[in-house]
Amino acid sequence: MKAHLTRRYRFSASHRLHSPEMSAEENRDTYGKCNNPHGHGHNYTLEVTVSGPVDQSTGMVCNLVDLDGVVEREILSRYHLSNLNTLQEFAQLVPTTENLSVEIFEILQRGFHPAHLEGVRLEETMMNSFEYAGGTEPRK
Amino acid sequence: MVYLTRKAEFSASHYYHNPDFTPEENLRIFGKCNNPHGHGHNYTLEVTVKGEVDPRSGFVVDLKQLKEVMHHEVLDAMDHRFLNKEVPEFFTKIPTTENLAIAVWQRLETKLQKARLHRVRVYETPDLFVDFYGEE
Repeated sequence: MKAHLTRRYRFSASHRLHSPEMSAEENRDTYGKCNNPHGHGHNYTLEVTVSGPVDQSTGMVCNLVDLDGVVEREILSRYHLSNLNTLQEFAQLVPTTENLSVEIFEILQRGFHPAHLEGVRLEETMMNSFEYAGGTEPRK
Repeated sequence: MVYLTRKAEFSASHYYHNPDFTPEENLRIFGKCNNPHGHGHNYTLEVTVKGEVDPRSGFVVDLKQLKEVMHHEVLDAMDHRFLNKEVPEFFTKIPTTENLAIAVWQRLETKLQKARLHRVRVYETPDLFVDFYGEE
């Protein structure tokens, strides 16, 4: 029988929303306070949902130790207490939480195989959250 | 179609052990959860039912009946219990959150009137939950 399992994780990071394709004025209009050149930070909460048949010998969809290990190694150690704009994936990409959700989903899809990755949900603040469950075409 | 969710809380203890595994395998796979004396959680249960809104009552489901069924079928059986030793499903199955969500579904499914069960969500902690949508 198939079940969905969701695990929540936390990390804190800073970012600045700024697009080199826009003028300074357009950046300010589009991103408002988030365009502050010195950046600002958030405490993010990440929800990772995986699914699969419940293994009758263990009662589990997947071993949490494996999921926690991949998230710790691939996501938390990369993003926690970082400045997102300094990371390679955001060199050409604005580090909005939309784009961060997509990055995290793709990292986990490549790195986690014991169960099916259903999707990720990323809370930027208690008021904003973003969900990504994969697109029809892989992003370039 | 309207979806309605009712929450409940219960506290219980459990441990993970498969008699077909060696003690070493049990320890390797289940870690601390293999301690035979058990350990406990405050579980939160969310039961979501779905149905059409009754034009006379404006209800999808009689909440009182849903609450009573949840209490009778789940909380009376599991609250302040050692799941492995006191809840029949777990005499043979390992009381993981996955199996707990399935057991709750099976206990509720046939007892609900009118509304259909959509999802059972069981939080083992605020950072870990399992959703079960029935057999697909």
